Amino acid sequence: MSGAKQIRTQISSIKNTQKITKAMEMVAASKMRKAQDRMNETRPYAIKIKQVINHLAAAHSEYKHPYMNARPEIKRVGFIIISTDRGLCGGLNVNVFKSALRQIKEYQDQGVEVDLSIIGSKGMAFFKRLSDLNVVSHASGLGDNIHMNEIIGPVKVMLDAYSEGNIDRLHLAENEFVNTMTQAPEISTLLPLPKDEEEVRQHHWDYIYEPDAKEVLDSLLVRYVESIVYRGVVENVACEMAARMIAMKSASDNAGSLIDDLQLAYNKARQASITQELSEIVGGAAAV
Amino acid sequence: MAINMQLDIVSAETEIFSGTVNAVFAPAIMGDVGIYPQHTPLVTQLKPGELKIEVEGEEDLYIYVSGGMLEVQPDVVTVLSDTAIRAEELDENMALGAKQHAEELLKDKKSGVDSARALAELAEAAAQLRMIEKIRKGKV
Repeated sequence: MSGAKQIRTQISSIKNTQKITKAMEMVAASKMRKAQDRMNETRPYAIKIKQVINHLAAAHSEYKHPYMNARPEIKRVGFIIISTDRGLCGGLNVNVFKSALRQIKEYQDQGVEVDLSIIGSKGMAFFKRLSDLNVVSHASGLGDNIHMNEIIGPVKVMLDAYSEGNIDRLHLAENEFVNTMTQAPEISTLLPLPKDEEEVRQHHWDYIYEPDAKEVLDSLLVRYVESIVYRGVVENVACEMAARMIAMKSASDNAGSLIDDLQLAYNKARQASITQELSEIVGGAAAV
Repeated sequence: MAINMQLDIVSAETEIFSGTVNAVFAPAIMGDVGIYPQHTPLVTQLKPGELKIEVEGEEDLYIYVSGGMLEVQPDVVTVLSDTAIRAEELDENMALGAKQHAEELLKDKKSGVDSARALAELAEAAAQLRMIEKIRKGKV
């Protein structure tokens, strides 16, 4: 009967694990919905700020902000890499690291150096093992409800480096939330700001600027870049939750099929021991 | 002629207010401004302070903003509000904090053994030991 007993304890321990994974799945599902809402709430700000920037850039074509000029020679690039703080979310982080590394490798092959700014502790754990990469700033422990002021620091490090000419291009690596089942790693260019087609059209009127156009444009551009990164971080949270939900769901399913198998083995073992006992009794009775 | 205008107050984190209003008073950087419909186009920075919003037939609404931008067009007013209090020194501090954080973590790497890697190596060694034992048992 010892085999059966062992199987029984194994079944109950798997059942406990299944309870945990089920709970995590449900928590992730509700957090994902909230993160998605927050992601949508960032949209009006980004759209509006972009409109004003485009207008300003068109109306003041003589003033070219450094953020808008592409530099002819690229010696060093910056990457802002967004990762999660916690694990158990499938291949989410690894996918984004892989595609970032691929791009970094391309730059390194051309003799371009790379600076990294990492958001999330999983990213730090991954990239600090690679000694040929230079991590200049890091932020982690942001939680699920992220605030803008936690993003300002790591972004400013990169923006300053760009203004001072230490880096000539800035990329953002994050996960794009396609839908609940799919999250795709995406690398976009933050600086120099990609040119918009609309920009070309002529404007017949202009704003009054207080204090002046240059200063307004400066602070708008900084906020614009920050808002993109902020959106990326929020989107990454939505991705994290979706990925965790899927991972936990398949873990629960796996636990279920394991339990079924073990249950079958348990029944067989129990049946075998009963049969054996019976045959022993019958054999004993026949001997007497 | 329109006697009211659309007002949107948005921040990077969320939409704060959206609706039709009669007038809005904002703490602009060069002094407070009052915006009525058909105002000339204007873009200005905002100081931290209170926005006063006048809506027809309703009580005045007050919203606190910690700085940001005000964009005015004849029929549409948009406030791009900051969610954090911004100042050059504060931003500088945050940037420094992020840098130091990274440096501290990178120092760890040199002083101590990376626990994740150590665990992986341990697992590998254990697997090799098991293999050796199996081979021995098979031979004996």
